[in-house]
Amino acid sequence: MTDDLTPLTISDARDGLEKGDYSATELAQTYIQAMEAGRELNAFITETADIALERAVESDARRAKGCVAGPMDGIPIAIKDLFCTEDVLTTAGSHILDGFVPAYESTVTANLKNAGAVMLGKTNLDEFAMGSANITSYYGPVKNPWVADTGPDAGKDLVPGGSSGGSAAAVSGGLAMAATGTDTGGSIRQPASFCGITGLKPTYGRCSRWGTIAFASSLDQAGPMTKSVRDAAIMLGAMAGHDPKDSTSAPQAVPDFEAALTGDIHGLKVGIPKEYRVDGMDPEIQALWDRGIEWLKVSGAEIVEVSLPHTKYALAAYYIVAPAEASANLARYDGVRYGLRVPGDSLDDMYMNTRGEGFGEEVQRRILVGTYALSSGYYDAYYIKAQKVRTLIASDFAKAFESVDVILTPTAPTPAFALGEQQDDPVAMYLNDVFTVPTSLAGLPGISVPAGLSKDGLPLGLQLIGRAFDEETLLRVADVMEISAGFTFHHGAED
Amino acid sequence: MSLDKDTVKNIAYLARIRVEDDKLEPLAGELSAIMGWIEQLQELNTDGVEPMASPGALTLPQRADVVTDGNCRDGVLRNAPDAEDGFFAVPKVVE
Repeated sequence: MTDDLTPLTISDARDGLEKGDYSATELAQTYIQAMEAGRELNAFITETADIALERAVESDARRAKGCVAGPMDGIPIAIKDLFCTEDVLTTAGSHILDGFVPAYESTVTANLKNAGAVMLGKTNLDEFAMGSANITSYYGPVKNPWVADTGPDAGKDLVPGGSSGGSAAAVSGGLAMAATGTDTGGSIRQPASFCGITGLKPTYGRCSRWGTIAFASSLDQAGPMTKSVRDAAIMLGAMAGHDPKDSTSAPQAVPDFEAALTGDIHGLKVGIPKEYRVDGMDPEIQALWDRGIEWLKVSGAEIVEVSLPHTKYALAAYYIVAPAEASANLARYDGVRYGLRVPGDSLDDMYMNTRGEGFGEEVQRRILVGTYALSSGYYDAYYIKAQKVRTLIASDFAKAFESVDVILTPTAPTPAFALGEQQDDPVAMYLNDVFTVPTSLAGLPGISVPAGLSKDGLPLGLQLIGRAFDEETLLRVADVMEISAGFTFHHGAED
Repeated sequence: MSLDKDTVKNIAYLARIRVEDDKLEPLAGELSAIMGWIEQLQELNTDGVEPMASPGALTLPQRADVVTDGNCRDGVLRNAPDAEDGFFAVPKVVE
């Protein structure tokens, strides 16, 4: 037993397990210790050490018999607490789901389980995945393992981004080898950027949404959060696949994503959208983006300027579409079938008391915005209008992808900020997702790759966007960019 | 776009969320700021543009009309805040 196992990636561990350098049980024990030692990050809502050990023992038994389930067999991972897990508390970071223990397993976590993955626990998140800093969780904020060396936030506790902040902090802090996330408007990619890890939002429909607690059904998509692009390819292969239980799950074959990492991007066309050079962009982010362009050019790709003319309207359209869908999806939390019930004099009174106490401020705000946008007299002016703008944004991408294979942009407009900042102005918080939301509206795959450090020593990510169901090209370019960036883990002042 | 207190009270009722009277005014301010920011969508001409409800397939798949699930009453009821005789229980709705 040694702590030296925590820096391993999935591909390292796959090879190490294969060679018998260590067992799945040893890996699980190492991570359970790391998870317990890292509790001050508040990355986990529920630790499932017993399940982890049980599954690790089963994995070792399979290996001994020569029937390994695949590259994820024996890999210790964390699960965002938005995925329903059979007989394990599932909270969505909300008070309203107090004590909810599902009688079923989400398709994504069932796929991972069948692939032999070892669940360490359920990670913290913004309540119902609504947030960009992991500060709206009923279970408290998550701390980013990274600390700024210099600057105004030097030494302060930083946010991990959101909503998959617990997953990002767990992977970045070495408390899990990888984790699942979900992304509705940037919730995998932005925290990946803030925590210096890789985060992939697949094409809408690539991973089943069945059993994943719904936020906005036309946008939600599960994906891997990992230490490397190769790991993202391996883990996506285990998560993805057509599922008849989700009518929006795509009947698409799951390719060998890892095989796509050829290291060769000669002749590929990389689009640079001019509209993403927003006014007042942080010069550091601009410089990082320019470096990314240079890396891909040197690696043989052709750089092409593209135009996505409706970009500036994406956030506003998103903040109608997502809350509208959320207001409908969250209608089910009524104090009758699961979770919290706050008594009242009548049924209506009980509903109102339960939802008034059970939902936090940001969730209430979004339900109210959504209810308003869908209410009589405003439906056409807001909801239908936003859906029309969504069509324009998707058409922008369709047009751009006629001339390029992938698009390169920054992931987030800033590095991680200090806990307590940006909390009073909802609109300022929404701007964190300015570069990730358009991809979500169009349903396209996007990946954030750690590409460098800010002047204060904090990680910054670059985003690659691909064609629908072409995660292979996306991963191939991301792999080349990762090698060029030569990003290494060090958490700043803590190390 | 500015929302007043009464509008917020009405939306909150539609959404069945209890909002105390002293919270209505600040909430109206926050929601007005959000809706004001969203107002920028109106400057775009979207005449003749089809609304996009989902990036997925336009026609939903069909399957045979057969029971694929069931016999899990106890599993479903075990999360209920109140259950009696195999049913969800709620406050009295009929006098």
